[in-house]
Amino acid sequence: MHPAYSVIFFTVSSGAGLGLLAFMGLGPFTFGGETSDMIWAAFILGFAMAVGGLISSTFHLGHPERAWRAMTQWRSSWLSREGVIAVAALIVAAIFAALWLLLDLSSALLGIVTTILAMLTVWATGMIYAQIKAVDLWHRWLTPVCYLLFSLAGGITLFIFIHAVFTGKAGYELSSMAMVMLLVAWAVKMFWWMGADRAPTSTPESATGLGHLGKVRLLEKPHTGSNYLQREMGFQIARKHARKLRLIALVLGAVAPILLILLAIPAPLDVLWLGLAVISHLAGMLVERWLFFAEARHAVMNYY
Amino acid sequence: MTQLPETTERKLGLVIDLDTCVGCHACVISCKEWNTGGYGAPLADTDAYGSDPSGTFLNRVHTFEVKPADKPAMVTHFPKSCLHCEDAPCVTVCPTGASFKRSEDGIVLVHEDHCIGCGLCAWACPYGAREMDAVEKVMKKCTLCVDRIYNENIPEEDRVPSCVRTCPAGARHFGDIGDPDSDVSKLVAERGGFDLMPEQGTKPVNKYLPPRPKQQMSDDLDEPVNLAALAEPTANGGFLGWLDNALERLG
Ligand code: SF4
Ligand code: SF4
Repeated sequence: MHPAYSVIFFTVSSGAGLGLLAFMGLGPFTFGGETSDMIWAAFILGFAMAVGGLISSTFHLGHPERAWRAMTQWRSSWLSREGVIAVAALIVAAIFAALWLLLDLSSALLGIVTTILAMLTVWATGMIYAQIKAVDLWHRWLTPVCYLLFSLAGGITLFIFIHAVFTGKAGYELSSMAMVMLLVAWAVKMFWWMGADRAPTSTPESATGLGHLGKVRLLEKPHTGSNYLQREMGFQIARKHARKLRLIALVLGAVAPILLILLAIPAPLDVLWLGLAVISHLAGMLVERWLFFAEARHAVMNYY
Repeated sequence: MTQLPETTERKLGLVIDLDTCVGCHACVISCKEWNTGGYGAPLADTDAYGSDPSGTFLNRVHTFEVKPADKPAMVTHFPKSCLHCEDAPCVTVCPTGASFKRSEDGIVLVHEDHCIGCGLCAWACPYGAREMDAVEKVMKKCTLCVDRIYNENIPEEDRVPSCVRTCPAGARHFGDIGDPDSDVSKLVAERGGFDLMPEQGTKPVNKYLPPRPKQQMSDDLDEPVNLAALAEPTANGGFLGWLDNALERLG
């Protein structure tokens, strides 16, 4: 599948931003609901990344001016559900943040609802891909699970960085939590990658219905030029390149951030290390997301 | 509304005969010709006279080679357009309600004024039956010529999809596949019509008829005919042979 940069940026940015907002939703329980510059910064970053990502996702639409229509079909469409839940999550999070930051009221109820809605949004993003039966690689329950875990891991990693910026230390418990989340998320992703080599659901034989006669291969394409289908679905990275990129994603997304967080716990330079951890993790996520598309094979390619 | 109707009153669709299709692409052209001026936005061509021409088509003809283990390979021309699936995944994924399946006749259509061009429906279709128009940025697909089949302004014999009307080989048939007594249903029953990629669970309405098995000439004849011998000149070859023949013909 063609990796569209606006969509890659959207899922990485919104994923981490919503993860941060979900984490903030637990604020009334974890840090007692005091207002501080740190809380301001966390909310601002969370909203900026979540909203920035959502806006970038409209760049790949043919008619962004009609985007509001995408809110209407939530009964059947995961893309529509994602839109509806994202708006609900941002509205609830905004009320929750405003009460907390401006009136010193940190509502546990609004916090919990923020967390749940933010996570549901990310789940819905994963389901947009998981529902596509024509793409074997995506059509699995683990797909939305990966999206969810990456979002949480990204959110906590962002938060320990902000925490270090404002308090001067990473915090032992927060850092451990971030490392555990990073480990879990990438472990599940590796499990997801292991399933990438399954036999395809459809073959040129089943696509043409001629399998009972023999082996089927394309003799002539339907046209001499290229077409939309080939540009959109025909992109697939060679397997040996995919292997290397998986390794790069893993090192940037998991290994480096975890080592940097470990470095930050005792060291005086923790802001620097944690800043690098955030950047490395997000870079790893961009590679992971690019591969998510580039490794996926669409059933229509059985006709090409 | 992107929820699918539970059932449709009729199941209009195509039956495509892979035995008779000669791969002339006439249906591709007639489809483009009718639909670029018919329902919805025109079907754009980009760089049509340049080095990288590309265009939107609702129907395309592929050509496959099928190689049986013990026999020579055979060539099958393979027209493909929207199969108007009963469980159309392209419809349920659409976030705007632009894609829908009609409950009266089962035709799957796109309401282009509502389409945001997200492309998700094209991902959902395993058959590659939907193409985003490069100029209008809306999703295009086969309409089963909904603007012909009910069109009382054109002669009755023209009230079939453009591809069916055009096919010089009679390889395309149109009708109600939901009605077991229709001509198309009888044809499907008689010839063993099949679904494409049944494992995708889309329940396509359009059916394909398999190529008939090739005749085994060598099995039917006791001794193979020596074709080369049939072409032997009666007289000697060369100039004298030609002269001989020419004089013969003069009588
Ligand atoms: S062939 Fe593709 S576009 Fe047509 S109804 Fe089936 S899934 Fe939808
Ligand atoms: S491209 Fe148009 S028809 Fe297809 S899913 Fe998006 S809005 Fe619906």
